[in-house]
Amino acid sequence: MKTYYGKSVFNGIAIGKTSIYQKREQQVKRVKTEDTEKEKKRYYAATEQATEELQVLYEKALKEAGEVNAAIFEVHQMMLQDDDYKESVENIIESQQVNAEYAVAATGDNFSNMFAAMDDEYMRGRAADVKDISERLLGILNGNTRAGMDTEEPVIILADDLAPSETVQMNKDMVLSFVTVHGSVNSHTAILARTMGIPALISTDITLDDTVNGKLAIVDGSKGVVYIDPDEDTLVMMKEKQKKEQEQKELLQALKGKADITLDGKEIKLYANIGNNKDLAAVIQNDAGGIGLFRSEFLYLEKDNYPTEEEQFAVYKTVAETMAGKQVIIRTLDIGADKQCGYFQIEKEDNPAMGYRAIRICLDRPEIFKTQLRALFRASAYGNLAIMYPIITSVWEVKKIKEIVEEVKKELEEQGIDFGSPSQGIMIETPAAVMISQELAREVDFFSIGTNDLTQYTLAIDRQNTKLDSFYDAHHPAVLSMIRMVIENAHKEGIWAGICGELGADLDLTQEFLAMGIDELSVSPGRILPIRKIILETNVGELKS
Amino acid sequence: MKEFTYTITDPEGIHARPAGELVKVAKEFSCKITLTKDGKSGDCKKIFGIMGLAVKSGNEIVINFDGEDEDAAYDKISAFMKENL
Repeated sequence: MKTYYGKSVFNGIAIGKTSIYQKREQQVKRVKTEDTEKEKKRYYAATEQATEELQVLYEKALKEAGEVNAAIFEVHQMMLQDDDYKESVENIIESQQVNAEYAVAATGDNFSNMFAAMDDEYMRGRAADVKDISERLLGILNGNTRAGMDTEEPVIILADDLAPSETVQMNKDMVLSFVTVHGSVNSHTAILARTMGIPALISTDITLDDTVNGKLAIVDGSKGVVYIDPDEDTLVMMKEKQKKEQEQKELLQALKGKADITLDGKEIKLYANIGNNKDLAAVIQNDAGGIGLFRSEFLYLEKDNYPTEEEQFAVYKTVAETMAGKQVIIRTLDIGADKQCGYFQIEKEDNPAMGYRAIRICLDRPEIFKTQLRALFRASAYGNLAIMYPIITSVWEVKKIKEIVEEVKKELEEQGIDFGSPSQGIMIETPAAVMISQELAREVDFFSIGTNDLTQYTLAIDRQNTKLDSFYDAHHPAVLSMIRMVIENAHKEGIWAGICGELGADLDLTQEFLAMGIDELSVSPGRILPIRKIILETNVGELKS
Repeated sequence: MKEFTYTITDPEGIHARPAGELVKVAKEFSCKITLTKDGKSGDCKKIFGIMGLAVKSGNEIVINFDGEDEDAAYDKISAFMKENL
């Protein structure tokens, strides 16, 4: 058995024979010609034929993968007919007096290099699109068909990389999974695999030769692993896992659309955690009741300078509108510690986990904080937004935040800019905040317990340090009593309390949290439905007695 | 000649699909339509020209219309930008 690792773009298990997808790279010879008119005509005819082929692909993709994914073939048609591309081909044919094939190949290389050199990951990925249309033209000019997949049984496709047109031309009934050596998470192949719901790996460390072709293999999308020639134990284990996943999938589909109410009638806010607005699709697919933790850091980490108010506003507004009235809790900037951002110019610290991070930066540098607050308050006018502040240890911090919020509101009012009135809560993730939670509860609208940091600060254990594994207890009674204390204090002051850390998604603890009286659980989108199942089957009253 | 300034709000910026749609709309008109970002310009009727600018969310762009049907083009494209980008 050989094991290879890649980056997973879709979970699931596929078991079957492998087949290496042979790309028939078009051979291009540079041939001198006098009759440049003829070469140009051949190029025009090839463009026309390619456009027609793409129209067929567009219609096929429209049926199989929906409008959004099909649109790439319309874009390919436009690329083919782009004046700059056309002029470049014509110019090479005329000035160098060469054949159409050579002119197309050279133009294709130049244009794809232009994209490959751009400093934007998405645009770099588009180099593959340019190559794809040029290859199509060359195939037509050379009079040969492009690539083939001769198979009579469904297979796991192994490929160097797959162009969108190659993916869509495959007979879907014959594809169990895609495994590619190259490709990016944003590539259309990845997007199509997700839409089709089949396991797929990219950036896999596999060498495509006869030792892996036509072999029995298993792709485990959840782990990002492909096993070639699996041994008996692995095969049995994976078959079992595949069966379970299938059952789970069917079961969970049945839970979609159900309200999160326990047997004895307590409604739980079952929300999703996300780190980027690209995750919104998963939130909706998994039927989350709202977003309990929207990590706003990505806005800062993806840039080389502070994101502007407008940039932030646009993102928050999109999320608020997409969630259509469901609650969206956005956590203000939480950088520092393990999330560093160069342009903040944070000095090196001996102990960053206990250092200059999160709300401490915001209170120390209110101009950064205010930009974010303005964007958040403005976006609140477009949906049900809430704001949550991280790493609170003292009441004065909350009072200071409130002062700054008042200044922001006043400024917006004076400038005549619309804004909403989001509810405001804090993260409880330090033992200090736990101990004074009753006082804090008087100042805010809700609590969300961040169990990852709370556990680390309570047990004095860095979870990244594997040497400490034997000392680390995720279910440590100290942490669980703290959670109970926070919930009780929240309820005494009439506010709600939730959990947005990893413990919130721990199925072994869900019933215990419900018994403690938890009001909200915010978990990664894939955990929503398994937790919903437990909520629907639990009688909190019985648990307590 | 007419022009209008617009700040992109679509979180993905002008990526392939909206660029394609923009080109489609621009081609309905005969006037010259130019998109400028940070001093670099691209012809709105050429998809490579538009994509080559890598316009992202939050970027301010200027679209310039010059020619016979510039008024109609201005109306249609400004409406398109507001609705889609």
